[in-house]
Amino acid sequence: MAERGASGGGSGGDSLDKSITLPPDEIFRNLENAKRFAIDIGGSLTKLAYYSTVQHKVAKVRSFDHPGKDVEQDHEPPYEISVQEEITARLHFIKFENTYMEACLDFIRDHLVNTETKVIQATGGGAYKFKDLIEEKLRLKVDKEDVMTCLIKGCNFVLKNIPHEAFMYQKDSDPEFRFQTNHPNIFPYLLVNIGSGVSIVKVETEDRFEWIGGSSIGGGTFWGLGALLTKTKKFDELLQLASKGRHANVDMLVQDIYGGAHQTLGLSGNLIASSFGKSATADREFSKEDMAKSLLHMISNDIGQLACLYARLHGLDRVYFGGFFIRGHPVTMRTITYSINFFSKGEVQALFLRHEGYLGAIGAFLKGAEQDSPNQYSWGENYAASSGLMSTSPELCPTQRARSGTFDLLEMDRLERPLVNLPLLLDPSSYVPDTVDLTDDALARQYWLTCFEEALDGVVKRAVASQPESVDAAERAEKFRQKYWSKLQTLRHQPFAYGTLTVRSLLDTREHCLNEFNFPDPYSKVKQKENGLALKCFQSVTRSLDSLGWEERQLALVKGLLAGNVFDWGAKAVSDVLESDPQFGFEEAKRKLQERPWLVDSYTKWLQRLKGPPHKCALIFADNSGIDIILGVFPFVRELLFRGTEVILACNSGPALNDVTYSESLIVAEHIAAMDPIICSALREDRLLLVQTGSSSPCLDLSRLDKGLAVLVRERGADLVVIEGMGRAIHTNYHASLCCESLKLAVVKNAWLAERLGGQLFSVIFKYEAPAE
Amino acid sequence: MGAGRLGAPMERQGRDAATSAAAGESVSVDAEARRREPLRRRASSAVPPGSGAAEGVRRERPGSLSGTASAARPRGEGLRKRRPLFPWFGLDIGGTLVKLVYFEPKDITAEEEKEEVESLKSIRKYLTSNVAYGSTGIRDVHLELKDLTLCGRKGNLHFIRFPTHDMPAFIQMGKDKNFSSLHTVFCATGGGSYKFEQDFLTIGDLQLRKLDELDCLIKGILYIDSVGFNGRSQCYYFENPADSEKCQKLPFDLKNPYPLLLVNIGSGVSILAVYSKDNYKRVTGTSLGGGTFFGLCCLLTGCSTFEEALEMASRGDSTKVDKLVRDIYGGDYERFGLPGWAVASSFGNMMSKEKREAASKEDLARATLITITNNIGSIARMCALNENINQVVFVGNFLRVNTIAMRLLAYALDYWSKGQLKALFSEHEGYFGAVGALLELLKIP
Repeated sequence: MAERGASGGGSGGDSLDKSITLPPDEIFRNLENAKRFAIDIGGSLTKLAYYSTVQHKVAKVRSFDHPGKDVEQDHEPPYEISVQEEITARLHFIKFENTYMEACLDFIRDHLVNTETKVIQATGGGAYKFKDLIEEKLRLKVDKEDVMTCLIKGCNFVLKNIPHEAFMYQKDSDPEFRFQTNHPNIFPYLLVNIGSGVSIVKVETEDRFEWIGGSSIGGGTFWGLGALLTKTKKFDELLQLASKGRHANVDMLVQDIYGGAHQTLGLSGNLIASSFGKSATADREFSKEDMAKSLLHMISNDIGQLACLYARLHGLDRVYFGGFFIRGHPVTMRTITYSINFFSKGEVQALFLRHEGYLGAIGAFLKGAEQDSPNQYSWGENYAASSGLMSTSPELCPTQRARSGTFDLLEMDRLERPLVNLPLLLDPSSYVPDTVDLTDDALARQYWLTCFEEALDGVVKRAVASQPESVDAAERAEKFRQKYWSKLQTLRHQPFAYGTLTVRSLLDTREHCLNEFNFPDPYSKVKQKENGLALKCFQSVTRSLDSLGWEERQLALVKGLLAGNVFDWGAKAVSDVLESDPQFGFEEAKRKLQERPWLVDSYTKWLQRLKGPPHKCALIFADNSGIDIILGVFPFVRELLFRGTEVILACNSGPALNDVTYSESLIVAEHIAAMDPIICSALREDRLLLVQTGSSSPCLDLSRLDKGLAVLVRERGADLVVIEGMGRAIHTNYHASLCCESLKLAVVKNAWLAERLGGQLFSVIFKYEAPAE
Repeated sequence: MGAGRLGAPMERQGRDAATSAAAGESVSVDAEARRREPLRRRASSAVPPGSGAAEGVRRERPGSLSGTASAARPRGEGLRKRRPLFPWFGLDIGGTLVKLVYFEPKDITAEEEKEEVESLKSIRKYLTSNVAYGSTGIRDVHLELKDLTLCGRKGNLHFIRFPTHDMPAFIQMGKDKNFSSLHTVFCATGGGSYKFEQDFLTIGDLQLRKLDELDCLIKGILYIDSVGFNGRSQCYYFENPADSEKCQKLPFDLKNPYPLLLVNIGSGVSILAVYSKDNYKRVTGTSLGGGTFFGLCCLLTGCSTFEEALEMASRGDSTKVDKLVRDIYGGDYERFGLPGWAVASSFGNMMSKEKREAASKEDLARATLITITNNIGSIARMCALNENINQVVFVGNFLRVNTIAMRLLAYALDYWSKGQLKALFSEHEGYFGAVGALLELLKIP
């Protein structure tokens, strides 16, 4: 059945709690610019969605009016940086208990300044009950939306836009959650929504879905029957009871009927032959725990069985479960998964969703926002503002559970450009960007969490230094520190809070937190200075390269790329050197490099390849500003162009550490073009194309790239992909398989990682791969 | 209950029987029993191991009742050879109930009767002259199949049931009555044939021949359907099941039985797809069965018998307990084509304290019955669709005196399949396994 929340349920009753003080810094943020509201009112929880604009500072780079000559002058930066206000769109979702409804509505009304919104989309079983209150308090007309339509719209949205949204539950594994990489094609799938009843819906496309069945035995049965049997009124308490019970005391098992013979017959004696079969007697007492457990098994098994029968009938193997029966409860996820595995013999996958509780609100919002075409955009989960998944064991993280029980947040940023798969991925459906799953690898997790903790001071210092004119920079930087520190602590307890934990997600979370406190680009000045210095050396570097013989030059170019890649402020080993020795330069970096043979060394194969015909078009993902891009990448690009290979140079859309951004790359290219005829003509003739990746991460997710880039790659028939840097080629994509030649190169600037890979600090990875014929 | 309850009226006879059986033993041991002799280590065995004469007689007529041949019988020697000794029982020991079928020969000649050993006679008299045994054993007199010919013998087939937890008493009775002296083979099926095998052997000195549950079930159904129900049809269906005024139970001719979805509702539920007499598979099963209905009713209402639970259910109103589609949507949920009367959430109203207080025990019993029945219907329907079968036969003791469940199954199957599926029922709903076991004893294919 479709109804999700249970109205009139025993959780808290109808009395509204007005005494709560809402912390406006944390919840209901950006209300002043909010427009378009949607609300999903369940039996005990309300989910509110609103769309708002966020104004935040961005560092813009701009060429001086007379470029070229200035570069030659000492101490003159190659471009100017200005901090501007930018407005971006953000979706806010907030979940709170129904008891706070009135307080929340009052708060919204008081803070809603200049909205033109006239209606609020409402869904969920409780929408009717609170209709008058909402209309009175907010003076918005309540538009009721169909529950299942909202749910499915929401489900499609999160599956498309949130990486690691879906996960499997694996009992006895650590962690118990196995996140799924986003499948490029999410359809068709089965959605089993376990509210008070069960609805089974087959979703075939964005707009086409069909109710194919259901069952009346659902969450309401567990709650209602459970309340009758145990006199326990709250759903959560019933689950608590169930987790402590032994169902074998109440259920008739196969071994109860067969005695010990089940073993010789190959039957599993623990199978339940008859739920509550042992309670068919008037003269025995049964414990609440045992009855609750038996009830939980009965209902979960039944739902799992029906889901399998429907999945089989419709030939589907992906089944997503949602509804309040599932919502974050490990107990029910465990029993449902068991049942699905049992009845489908492993053929059907039971999948759960991180943001399951928000589906209705997201869907209702999307319904109301159709004229803004939200589905045309890509969205990204904002790690800084979102609460993340609750711990599976409440004892571990009591504060988090308590907080989440009151207010839980999800914020999603609208990305300016739609993101798609890199067309050159060998198998988009099995592509996993990240090399190490830190949820899985406890040792690596401990190392990296500590590493990020230790680096935090430096990041805070850098952030303050980047805004010398700002009076509140220190204060904001401190807030950033606290926020990121607490995220790291949360992740120590619940590595899976935001999906699979990876070095990438740790880096991205830090960027999100920096942005949150208006430190959009702490390295802008460092990058500016380094770009200026490197530009000055460009011509001498190319001159010396040009003086070399062909074969010598090829090695020198690769070494240059690698040496350039040493300049990484994200790596503590390097930033320590750079902080203490401002004179550390390109030549010093070259000396730091490992001698050949490198840790991974397919240079000979690469050289052999270069002796062959030129590549048609190379796609290069650049890493750092300064020496890396100017003295490492550009000479390499120049050589490719010289060979007759077209080059697409892809840089990040937004800032991350000292990574070169797209706008910086444009200026850098402009300066180089002024010095170098090869680059100059290539730019003019569109043989060298500068594009943005769509990302603001120090790592690289080839499944979420700017659509323009993907189009270009296809148009130009790119047949070589060069990925440089630790973040893009080691932390991510180290194992990525492409359907064309690829070159992954990086300097391992982290002793621990180097050791893991079997080498030492400043080991070199040079991985050239050609697809099998 | 203990031994006394089931066996009480039999006790004195039992002792007599034991004595006489012991006396008659030397002449009625069959070959099979002899073969098993060492295994059984029967201390009381009165059979002289080397008794050639007795042996010879037995070999000649292994199926005869006594050592002397009866020329008066017109039946063929071949048939007689195959025929086992009386008494003819088929036993199905389920999780909750034991089902026993007993063939009472009515063509016993005076001579035969004279030769009939005391214990055998007393069993026959005891079973056929009573309708209740102890306080829990019951003979379903209305199901008795009269003038049946089995293995060349004419007689009546009796249907008896008692709770599985009284199994120890039953075995004790067997011991007290010295069943073992009759050297009959006990053909038994159901999980209990495994569970109680050792008890039969050590306490009752009886060897069980364990038979596959599903084989027996299918054999039993096909056989019983073929012999009819004392001239009436065995199989039936309901017309207008939702309308108490117009609802009619009508005979159904199962002349094309295959393929057939067989839903056996005992304590739990087994669902089989039957393609021919020997070709079937177990499709699935569910633990939400008769045991669940009765178990939950006991917990919710304090009732103590299945009949009581059903009686309460017949007086209750499940809509007070269940949340219906119309309770949520005010009417039909048109988006999904769901009628307002459909149950959206079983026991869904019981989430509310006020409604919990307003619901009577009868309402709860009714809701339990509706919940379990609808669920079985739903799973059966899905299986029928997956297996591409359109006739579904529901059997098992959950359906005994349970018209509410049968009509609901009939209606639900018809409604949700838009008339594509037909729910069929059978008069001897719970006894097919036991019948199948009896057929095995008689080696009737």
